[in-house]
Amino acid sequence: MTSAVSVPLRGLDIAAIRADFPILHRRVHGHPLVYLDNAATTQKPRSVIDRLVRYYAEENANIHRGVHLLSVEATDAYDAARDRVRQFLNAAEAREIVFVRGATEAINLVAATFGRTRVGAGDDVVISEMEHHSNIVPWQMLCEEKGAHLRVVPITDSGELRLDEYERLLGARTRLVAITHVSNALGTVNPVEEIVRMAHDRGIPVLVDGAQAVAHLPVDVRAIGCDFYTFSGHKVFGPTGVGVLYGRSSLLEAMPPYQGGGDMIRSVAFEGTLYNDVPYKFEAGTPNIAGVVGLAAAIDYLTKVGLDRAGAHEHELLAYGTDVLSDIEGLRLAGTARRKAGILSFVIDGVHPHDIGTILDRAGVAIRAGHHCCQPLMARLGVPATARASLALYNTREEIDALAASLRTAKEVFA
Amino acid sequence: MSTDLEDLYQEVILDHNRQPRNFRALNDGQRAEGYNPLCGDRLTVYLHVTDGVIEDVSFQGSGCAISKASASLMTEAVKGKSLDEAKGLFERFQKMVTSPPDVTVGDLGKLTALAGVRQFPVRVKCATLAWHTLRSGLDARGKVVSTE
Repeated sequence: MTSAVSVPLRGLDIAAIRADFPILHRRVHGHPLVYLDNAATTQKPRSVIDRLVRYYAEENANIHRGVHLLSVEATDAYDAARDRVRQFLNAAEAREIVFVRGATEAINLVAATFGRTRVGAGDDVVISEMEHHSNIVPWQMLCEEKGAHLRVVPITDSGELRLDEYERLLGARTRLVAITHVSNALGTVNPVEEIVRMAHDRGIPVLVDGAQAVAHLPVDVRAIGCDFYTFSGHKVFGPTGVGVLYGRSSLLEAMPPYQGGGDMIRSVAFEGTLYNDVPYKFEAGTPNIAGVVGLAAAIDYLTKVGLDRAGAHEHELLAYGTDVLSDIEGLRLAGTARRKAGILSFVIDGVHPHDIGTILDRAGVAIRAGHHCCQPLMARLGVPATARASLALYNTREEIDALAASLRTAKEVFA
Repeated sequence: MSTDLEDLYQEVILDHNRQPRNFRALNDGQRAEGYNPLCGDRLTVYLHVTDGVIEDVSFQGSGCAISKASASLMTEAVKGKSLDEAKGLFERFQKMVTSPPDVTVGDLGKLTALAGVRQFPVRVKCATLAWHTLRSGLDARGKVVSTE
């Protein structure tokens, strides 16, 4: 295959975008890299890499405590990043943005604070069958500790939530709904506005796991109406080790702290400690300052490209990929919801996903093979694993063609 | 296809993947479970051992071509062997798939077909799952084995 397409697609200059991502120019096993594992982590544009370097080379200092210039600059950059994330999610206030290590920690934070104080014996927490382990296990642990019940919304064969069943599960004992915005294994885009409305009609708060959504579609937490929204920086072209919890300020204020330590306190005495205001109350210890400013640079990049245009490009690629893959005899797509974003999950008769993954890798095509941290979902689909190609704004039709060509090779090997 | 891939997916491997040998349950005797949760590879190894000799061995389960072919070839290799011989094979097999090509492990017969795995470090766990499960069965450890 050729390395990149230079035809502008719906206003998106893919060649220029690809030029922004240094790693896309490396070769793998003698072939141009075809990176289709974006749901695992996205690649980083030069602007994000440069921002990290600049932070460490020119600005590095601890925040919120120094009287010296560097500390002031680092604090300013950190605070500016918080407001950048606020804009990105269209949250009402910057203090509703809590920096954490990733979506996993964000969900654990809510389970450990909101969950521990609001969920009791005999109560229900509602999740769905398509959740990532990170939106299952924290709730399972909470329910086990409290003697509460985990209720699971089933999905249809095409991978859509059963909203009728969801509504049936919402009851007087439901204390929280925690649902993914976009499924990482199937690509299903869930109707989160409707999900939130149905819960709010009964006074039930909702957490939306946006880890797989933020790189693909514009997110407006006030339009969604959710009470919590979580995502990871590294899945949206930012660094690893940084993520975001959005929480409605009234809820954050009522929640107890998550971890104890520096920065989350106002004053400490052995007789007792006065906690800091939100969001600092939830940010104990020196945070990932470089990661946070890097995340802001990633959001700047994505905003410059335009999520609408990126989304349209990905949507077109997904449709193309769906057609091309459907033409391969014996290939079955897992996840054919009406609204999807960025994911082509599939199995091929007689070829195990791991063998597919190995054969594709030798052709330079990087995909994921396995359960995608969704073992209950795999059980529902009746497969031990799937192969998954996941898209980002820099992918091209030529890369989809390379994927299809190496899938045909895999089929020939096992014919 | 690259030479590495041809080394990995040799005809012997593809054949044993398509038609695994000794692919059945044994009713009595010992059994052991192997499971690699990340891959989803799962197998059960069944054993009849009399007077220190593996009289019969079989397996069932699902997994990738490497894990299935390796399990199939293993059952052929250890049937009729003494426990010490089987453990010796296990050690040499393990060495073959984890060492550079110039390391000699002696003649392993048909098991040599799996030597290509050493060029794919992430797949070593697939090739060795059946063997670790077998050893657990011989030692009657009773715990599910994983090579992840």
